[in-house]
Order: sequence, then structure tokens, then C-alpha cells
Amino acid sequence: MPAIVSVKKLRKAYDTGFVALKGIDLDIEEGEILALLGPNGAGKTTLISTICGITVPTSGSVTVGGHDTIRDYRAARSLIGLVPQEINLEPFEKVENSVAFSRGLFGKPKDPAKVAEILKLLSLDDKAGSKIKELSGGMKRRVLIAKALAHEPRVLFLDEPTAGVDVELRKDMWNVVADLKSHGVTIILTTHYIEEAEAIADRVGIISKGEILRVQDKTEMMNQMGRKELRVDLTQPVDAIPDALSDYKLALSPDGRAVTYTYDTRADRTGIRRMLNDLDAAGLQMADLATQQSSLEEIFTSLVKEQQT
Amino acid sequence: MNWTAIRAIYAFEMARFFRTITQSLVSPVLSTSLYFVVFGTAIGSRIESVEGVSYGAFIVPGLIMLSVMTQATSNASFGIYFPKFIGTIYELLSAPVNFLEITLGYVGAAATKALFIGVIIFVTAFFFVDIQVQHPVAMVAFLLMTCVSFALLGFIIGIWAGNFEQLQLIPLLIITPLVFLGGSFYSVTMLPPVWQTITMFNPVVYLISGFRWAFFGTADVPVALSLAAIAFFMVACMTAIWWIFRTGWRIRQ
Repeated sequence: MPAIVSVKKLRKAYDTGFVALKGIDLDIEEGEILALLGPNGAGKTTLISTICGITVPTSGSVTVGGHDTIRDYRAARSLIGLVPQEINLEPFEKVENSVAFSRGLFGKPKDPAKVAEILKLLSLDDKAGSKIKELSGGMKRRVLIAKALAHEPRVLFLDEPTAGVDVELRKDMWNVVADLKSHGVTIILTTHYIEEAEAIADRVGIISKGEILRVQDKTEMMNQMGRKELRVDLTQPVDAIPDALSDYKLALSPDGRAVTYTYDTRADRTGIRRMLNDLDAAGLQMADLATQQSSLEEIFTSLVKEQQT
Repeated sequence: MNWTAIRAIYAFEMARFFRTITQSLVSPVLSTSLYFVVFGTAIGSRIESVEGVSYGAFIVPGLIMLSVMTQATSNASFGIYFPKFIGTIYELLSAPVNFLEITLGYVGAAATKALFIGVIIFVTAFFFVDIQVQHPVAMVAFLLMTCVSFALLGFIIGIWAGNFEQLQLIPLLIITPLVFLGGSFYSVTMLPPVWQTITMFNPVVYLISGFRWAFFGTADVPVALSLAAIAFFMVACMTAIWWIFRTGWRIRQ
């Protein structure tokens, strides 16, 4: 499938000399949810702002739906909806007027039915006539999404949609995103919450210090990079791990009742069987076994550490 | 040209005006009435006439200009500064619109608001003094051009301003003094010769003189010069705005 958003060698250096983006290459496929994961200051917002036209790139290019975002900015921007990180809304405006304004700004003819439909999609239909300042924080975020969707974009950028939002609202937001995806909208969201990327993304891009370290299918990334842990509960507590088992770099729990073995799922051999045999030979009897997949968070941390060394 | 976008910005800005319609209209009407009471009646009763026109009527064009210039400037500067201040500017910058469309929307709305107020003052003046308009077409033309030029100026101020103090600074320190010293309440010919020369460096003199000519047929400076002055001012503001959007000065990083 051709990419709906294609970023080529995108570089952004500020006058202060700070380089926010160091030659980003990124292809986003139509209909997917891509999570851009990175610590604060990684360049996530700069990347989004540059694609959307708020920031001017120093070099490199971006196309959206095949249209260059600078030469052919009208066609490119018409396809994009942007939900900013901050809640930037006119407090005294009514919800429906604010959404209708966004639609007009993007050159779409007035269509109250369409606006009503978008408000309904975001469960804002009963707030259509309310002033924005009367809404709760979560509702305001929905208004921002409604405004971004007002011109029926094909690509939606969500910049930290759940920053500072409580758990319930976050889950709620994830449902909204899933719903939008089912309507065929391509979604790019930035986040520094790993669980968010893990919960809703199809692909994850890891960005740090203005560089994309890796973009990959979420499950694939976790399988490939994932280290798994095998925890063995012992029938009798031990004071120390016998020397015969030192090769396995086992970790002993503080109470001496369990050892943890970390292995790499990418390796040809995980070494589990041999380790268990040696465990048995050393006279440790197992009571139970449990394995655990390492999270995206650990993958992320190890990648960022790798970059720094 | 994205006319839908221009209309959207214009309508959105006008909605703000109509939301606060009472404040928007009551205060200029009240202050104009005060000017008439103080200048027209109290002081005017001791001044017979200026250039053959009763003093009360003589100050009408100047009063309209005073309000129109300050209102156009403040409305346009606030109109574009507010989105910057609350952050909604992101939407304008990411929309498929160019600088001309954004300018037309904001400046058009600010100019319309100023025009409204100008007309209201004109109507209010009827209750206080006899006014005749000798050149109605020229009057409308001068009024429109003044609304647009000062809205353009206000737009530039709004983009430049980094805080609310700066937003007030230029209107307060430059525009108000220039308008007061620009012959709003007197004829330039009433000044001593030295001051007559100095006054000619005040661009507002040309605007008020031309506008007054449209009312009474008498002017301090030739009408053609007035027209040229306002046209020059308008072009200068347009050029500045074009440069601002081309370079992204103060708005786009």
C-alpha cells in the first residue's frame, strides 16, 4: 500500500542552533494507527508541527496523499487534521460554532448535519450549544478532536492526546481513536506513555533526540526485541545460587524462594531446558513456573540507552 | 482563493462583535455625545464658526475619524493577537489558507466593525448639530479606506505584540496623539505658521482634511494629496503584512 504520509530527510534546526529533527525518514500507511513514542523533548511535536505546516523545515520534504506540504500546501493540508497538545480553544464560543468555523477554515462548505454527525461521534451532541468554557477538560479535548475532524481529513495527528488525563478518560480516548480508525482515518499519535502505544497502536515509532530509532509493527517489535523472564518458584528457600548455575545469571528473590532467568526470544536456543536440568542437578526443586514478556517500556529504554552510548 | 475560509474567519470575528454588541456600540456613542456636549456646546458656543461652518458641525468629521481609527486598530490588533494569546493560532497556520486570505478575513471584520461605529456616530451627530454632506461618494470612500488602512495597521500591531501592554502601546502612544493633533477639533489654518509646517508631517492631517472636505467642501490640504496619502499608507501596511507572512515573523517558526 502506498504511504499516505511520506517524510524524507526532514531536518529542523532552530536559530538558537538547536537541532530538533536530524533527518527524519518516515512512511505512514493509510488506515493505520502509528504511535510516535519518545521522551519529552525528543522532537515529536516538532515533527508533527512540521508536517502540518506550523513549523517550517530547514531541509527535507513531506508529502501527504502525494502532495508536497510546501509547494502544494492547500491540497496537502486539506487532508490533515491536527489535535494539538495544549487545550487551545476560544472559551466564549459555542461548541458547534467552533467546529463549524474549523470546517469553513479548511474550505469546506457549511454543513450543519455533518457537524452534528461529528459531535455525535465524539459524544458531544448534547453539548453542541454549550460555551466551551463550561466544559470539563475531557470534553474540551473532544472538542479539539471534533474541530480537527470537521473538514473530514484522511489523516489525523493527535499530539499527546492523553497527557494529564485521568485513567478513565484515557481509556475513553482510546475508544474514540479505535472508532475513528474504523471510519478509515489514518491516525498518528505522539505519546510518552508506553502503555498507550501498547494499547492502541498498529505500529510504533521510537523517537529520541530528533532521530527515529526504529519503526515497526508493535507485536513484531515486542517479539523481536522482547526479552522474556522465566520465574521458578522453589520448594525450599536457598541462601545463594549454587556456583554450578552461575552461567545463567539467575536473580534470586530476597526471600530466597524464587529465581528469575532472563532469556532472549530471538536467540536460537533459549537455554530454558538446560537451565532447568542444571537447576535440578544442583538440588533445587521447583514448585512452579511462570514466564513474562517484557514491556515496550523496557524495549524503549534499552533502545534509547543504546543511542546514548 | 479560499473564499469559504475568508468567510469563516470574517463570520467568526463578527460573531465576537455581536456577542458584545452593547459594549461595542454604547461606549462610542456615549463618548461622542460627551464630545458634542463639551466641545460642541460648551466651547463651541464661544467659537462662532470655522471656515464658515458652525464649530459643532465642524468637529463631526474629526470625531468620526477619531473613533474609526482607534476602533479599527484595536479591533484588528485584538482579533489576531487573541488567537496567538490563547493558542488557537495553530489552526490558522495548519489550514489550507494563505496570508491574503487570513488578512482579508481579520482585516475585513475589523474594518466592518469600525465602519459600524463610524456610521453610529454619524447618526448620533444628527441629534446634536446640522450636518450637510457635499460629496457623499467621497465621504464613503474616505471612511472605507480609513477603516481598512487602520485595520491593516492594527493587524500588524497584533502580530507584533508579545503581551497585552504592547497591544495597547502603539494605539495609546502614537495613534491617539496623532489623531488629536491631526486637526480633529480645529483647522490647521488656525495654527501659527511654524506649527502649520510641523503638522504637515502628521499623516492623519491628510485623512481628516480629506474627510472634512467631503462634508463641507473645504480642506486644509489638496484632496488629491489626501487620497495619495491614504493609498500610500494602505500599500505600506499591505507590504508589511506580506513580508510578515512570507518570513513567518513572530508567527511561524
